[in-house]
Amino acid sequence: MGRRRAPGPLDYARRWPLRLWVAGVMLFLYLPLASLIAFSFNDSRRTIRWQGFTFGWYGRLASDDALIAAFANSLTIAAMSTVVSVVLGAMAAVALWRFRFPGRSAFDGVITLPIVVPEICMGVAMLVFFGTIAPWPRDLAWPFDLGAIAIAHITFSFPFVTVVVRARLASFNREMEEAARDLGASELRALWDVVLPHMRPALISGALLAFTLSLDDFVITFFTAGPNTVTFPVKIYSMVRFSVTPEVNAASTVLMAITVILTLIGMTLQGTDIAKTEGA
Amino acid sequence: MLIRFENVTKRFGRFAAVDNVSLDIAAGEFFALLGPSGCGKTTLLRMLAGLEPLSEGRILIDGIDMAGTPPNRRPVNMVFQSYAVFPHMTVADNVAYGLKIDKVPRAQRETRVAEALDLVKLGDFAQRRPDQLSGGQRQRVALARALVKRPKVLLLDEPLSALDAKLRDAMRGELAAIQREVGVTFVMVTHDQDEALAMASRCALMNLGKLQQVASPGDLYEHPANRFVADFIGSINLFEGTLAPDNTFATAALDTPVLIEPGATAGPAWIGIRPEKIVMTPASAPRPTGPAARPAANVTRGTIVTSAYLGATTQYDVRTGSGTLIKVTAPNGTRSTSPALPVGTAVWLHWAPDAPVVLYG
Repeated sequence: MGRRRAPGPLDYARRWPLRLWVAGVMLFLYLPLASLIAFSFNDSRRTIRWQGFTFGWYGRLASDDALIAAFANSLTIAAMSTVVSVVLGAMAAVALWRFRFPGRSAFDGVITLPIVVPEICMGVAMLVFFGTIAPWPRDLAWPFDLGAIAIAHITFSFPFVTVVVRARLASFNREMEEAARDLGASELRALWDVVLPHMRPALISGALLAFTLSLDDFVITFFTAGPNTVTFPVKIYSMVRFSVTPEVNAASTVLMAITVILTLIGMTLQGTDIAKTEGA
Repeated sequence: MLIRFENVTKRFGRFAAVDNVSLDIAAGEFFALLGPSGCGKTTLLRMLAGLEPLSEGRILIDGIDMAGTPPNRRPVNMVFQSYAVFPHMTVADNVAYGLKIDKVPRAQRETRVAEALDLVKLGDFAQRRPDQLSGGQRQRVALARALVKRPKVLLLDEPLSALDAKLRDAMRGELAAIQREVGVTFVMVTHDQDEALAMASRCALMNLGKLQQVASPGDLYEHPANRFVADFIGSINLFEGTLAPDNTFATAALDTPVLIEPGATAGPAWIGIRPEKIVMTPASAPRPTGPAARPAANVTRGTIVTSAYLGATTQYDVRTGSGTLIKVTAPNGTRSTSPALPVGTAVWLHWAPDAPVVLYG
């Protein structure tokens, strides 16, 4: 009947000053990215003038062996880092949620430290650590030469997984675990059969978070990478040092596309999964 | 005895949630642990399931001390208050879960799951997911999941509290019927006395961690062991006074002596009279005669202060000459809707000598 509905956020956009404001914000946020993507299709060596549409720069990327190698390195590091981060992060989350132990609150505080410590400090710390304290053996066969970078990435990725998984565990009904125990499951089996499925959406989004964090990272990687262990972002940086070419634009667009797609996948998976488990 | 609690105590810090409880439950009983919230009944149930360690005492099932036996090795299964149905499994998988862990062969497992689902009338819902079920259906899943393991004891934690009133009444009868059919011993925790009285063959009433009385529903109501029990179960008029050796009870609250049945110990005591055991007649009618042995006793006068029409009965509060409020419940035996005794009417109250119960604590 005549019941008034609270205006949704988009209702305000019907008023023109707000529309203008939203347009301004959008422009400010996305114009640089949009121009980067646009100029990656520009048929000209110079970046400022539009000459015509081409896929040429993407072709150049595909034939650039050094760039492909850097891309393979990045994906490999991201995969290693993701697997270890999810396992470590989930275990830390379960430990903090489930158990009381001496030093628990200290552990709780320290675990999020890598999230708040400035990246440059982490980078320098890694440089010093792998440079002098525990040098990563040189001349290892691929992919073992990427170990130092992977370890560095795990250090700053797994706390994110812990945070996400812990938030999910907070909504777990403890009677569910007790029911599994009551029906004959050992403690470990109950964790596996009942707690783990509840954690699943958080594990997926945590994994995607860790993957994109690793794929994107420049600062910390820059300090840990050697001459033979160049990652995609580091390679783009070295290309920019000479000049910003459409090739760089194309490489950045690829990186961006991967990140966006992974994030979208993560969000959809999490959305459907939560809808499924929330019923009970 | 199937279950024996021996001096069981549970302390949380200095607070004793369960205080020195000793209790026997026989095989085949439908036993209810009843009490106000926080009385320790749920803790007692969880200790029986093995989900909570004991501070002191022993729990024996079939003569075997359960100390050190984890919940997954006890011959008991539980229906949790939140039902705790696994949301990522179908109804059939939920029910089969315990059997899978016990490595029951597949064919046998399927038969037993089907039987259990038929028992709780969920045969057509086997492939549904829990989020497609109503609250009552989820409870049946939890029930089937526990019963399919053929436990010696089935534990139910507030089984009906999350259901709406109509469903609760239906489930009451159904749970009792299922218990008769499977013959498993049921131990139910509830704060709802109607639930306990209607379903249980025996009840234990608890308060502040201590057992107050263990008795059949009828005995709990008609022969309460103390004032807490009398007051918790149903509604009652309690009067403090002194019982003389001639079986008359004198109290300042009533301006009539009260004659009770012989056999009670003389001395300071309380009496309790249930509202439905008091007969009310209008003051315009002749004074009712008291008991043959003492016609002056068990009759008093008052004025109706409030009345509440409840359909089957009407509840009255009557203020006597001495200022005491007495609760009276009268059946509505006719279809007349105009109150025969409206508020303000002066009335006679009287009761039989066997109506009052004598309480000492």
